[in-house]
Amino acid sequence: MSPSQPPASSTPQPETLSGAQIVVRLLERQGITTVAGIPGGAILPFYDALSESRSIHHVLARHEQGAGFMAQGMARATGRPAVCLASSGPGATNLLTAIADAKLDSIPLVAITGQVPQAMIGTDAFQEVDTYGLTIPITKHNFLVSSAEELLRVIPRAFTIAASGRPGPVLVDIPKDVQNQRIEVHEWPTPGAAEAPPAFDSAAIDAAAAMIRAAERPILYLGGGVVHSGAARQAVDLAEKAALPTVMTLMALGAMPVDHPLSLGMLGMHGARCTNFALDECDLLIAVGARFDDRATGKVAAFCPGARIIHIDIDPSELDKIKTAHVGIAGDVSAVLQALLPRVHAMPRTAWLARVARLKADHPLQTPGIDDVRSHYGLIAATAAALDDEATVATDVGQHQMWVAQAYPLRRPRQWLTSGGLGTMGFGVPAAIGAALAEPQRTVVCFTGDGSILMNIQELVTAAEEGVNLKIVLMNNASLGLVYQQQSMFYGKRTFASKFQAVPDFIRLAEACGIRAVDLDATQAPGAALTAALRTPGPCLIHASIDRDQKVYPMVPPGAANKEMIGG
Amino acid sequence: MNANNWSERKALAGAVLEIDVRNHAGVMSHVVGLFSRRAYNLEGILVMPVGAGEQSRVWLKVIEDARLTQMIKQVEKLEDVLAVRRHGADHAVFERIEEFFRAA
Ligand SMILES: Cc1ncc(C[n+]2csc(CCOP(=O)(O)OP(=O)(O)O)c2C)c(N)n1
Repeated sequence: MSPSQPPASSTPQPETLSGAQIVVRLLERQGITTVAGIPGGAILPFYDALSESRSIHHVLARHEQGAGFMAQGMARATGRPAVCLASSGPGATNLLTAIADAKLDSIPLVAITGQVPQAMIGTDAFQEVDTYGLTIPITKHNFLVSSAEELLRVIPRAFTIAASGRPGPVLVDIPKDVQNQRIEVHEWPTPGAAEAPPAFDSAAIDAAAAMIRAAERPILYLGGGVVHSGAARQAVDLAEKAALPTVMTLMALGAMPVDHPLSLGMLGMHGARCTNFALDECDLLIAVGARFDDRATGKVAAFCPGARIIHIDIDPSELDKIKTAHVGIAGDVSAVLQALLPRVHAMPRTAWLARVARLKADHPLQTPGIDDVRSHYGLIAATAAALDDEATVATDVGQHQMWVAQAYPLRRPRQWLTSGGLGTMGFGVPAAIGAALAEPQRTVVCFTGDGSILMNIQELVTAAEEGVNLKIVLMNNASLGLVYQQQSMFYGKRTFASKFQAVPDFIRLAEACGIRAVDLDATQAPGAALTAALRTPGPCLIHASIDRDQKVYPMVPPGAANKEMIGG
Repeated sequence: MNANNWSERKALAGAVLEIDVRNHAGVMSHVVGLFSRRAYNLEGILVMPVGAGEQSRVWLKVIEDARLTQMIKQVEKLEDVLAVRRHGADHAVFERIEEFFRAA
């Protein structure tokens, strides 16, 4: 946590404060400077107290899901827990998707919701829903607070839980009477911080080192846990020292620069042929902060069929969940890799690296049209060329997401913000706003589709209001492209409910929301227009039509083994 | 897992889990929800406070299937779960209260 955070301290003389004021003070002490939310009756005491804060900036989202994803964007960009706010009832239910998304991608989030007064709970009071019950399965933990006193324990604890071990979302539901209850505060608790990770088994490290030494065709398989744990450097060091070709999950992109000689890029459903072929041949798979997700593994029984497995993860329940590991190490991946590094011998592994180089040469990722800004890959490449590695890249969900994952040269952990586990359309724009709020010095680019952007289009107004340095690249194929692709490939070309009959004028829509807009369709020099738009500060929507019939290739058909790719 | 009538289920290998938890209104939902959302039936549930009432002990009777190890790991992850111990199906706790569960 940031060094500016105060320790536990007794106040010179006790202050009488409301529950709402206590929460605001605890957030300030926590080092929170930006929160996103929407007020409503049951959280108004808190908002009233928040209005007095001089250090917390409140971003007024236009939908609570937007607020939830803005907080996610802040947390994903910085690695620190971020806060979203909603009122009871519909406010809380609108947050659910963003919370569930954070759970599946292990993002530290603290969601604070107002609840009807305790005396009315259970009476079907106006705007009462069982927020606690609704969020049990989608949070790491949740609280229904029953007194102002309890807040002094619960709020720091919420941050500790969100940030410790495998990060995740925590919800704190605070009835209105608790927000209004006034108590004397004699002492402030220490702000919540990540707990020290548990000790790991040193003998297992030796066993893992021996397996790496003995392996002839090892592959390093990095997951999102590498990014969460801040272990990208150690992972690259290990790969270099032990000559390990390296694959990354969607969540791990950026952990190893794509153009690193050992990088095989993304594995799985839309991985390059060479990547999935190399995995098929490996005799040792070293899974680090990865969870063998079905989009990564394809048919599990056929995933790395000849490989022994080392699995390192901070969450013990991930070990042996999908694949049984020969050596499983429950521990913080950064600490485990640090311990593993000195015990691994440097080795050239010439034959295997030559074989992988052969696979790369024979079966590279195909990116047709990459030199043409009017094509999907070309648009992505031109966007990357106009920016540097300091830029942050967010996406929505669909074909555009997979094309960006394949073709954008990601080189930095936390450079890449995408909804992996839940795959939530509507994630992109608000998450990118959150990232831009958290790191205003960066350019944030959000690739989106004409389907996804409409799911949180209202947040363009928030982007305009906040003046964030956000460039939205809208890849418009007048369809729900990924659905259209699946129907074209696996449902006898019956493309039902996936082509839009009506498509809004996105340029005028953006302008109506107060955002500059550039239409690459309308210019003779799309490359220059794109570069100029990307380099002009402030929010901007960049619109480009793309061909509806382009597919994401290669593609592993659902349920098939990864080596059975179509196309590419 | 597909044995649907009670006598068939009784014949399957069982296990008894003993879980120490913090005693508050939401803790049973957290524990039981882990099972229900995986369609993993709980054959028996007992819970009472222990000591001064700060903690409770939950006894669960389950049918053992391939998911049980994973279930125990999931229960162990819960914030309000302090310890999980696994026993065989013949543990006395459910046998002793069986007299309260005779069909009329
Ligand atoms: C909230 C939500 N609803 C439905 C889906 C299913 N889905 C996945 S991709 C997709 C189409 C996305 O279309 P668009 O945003 O235009 O992107 P494209 O695939 O065309 O690039 C749909 C409907 C989803 N992922 N999320």
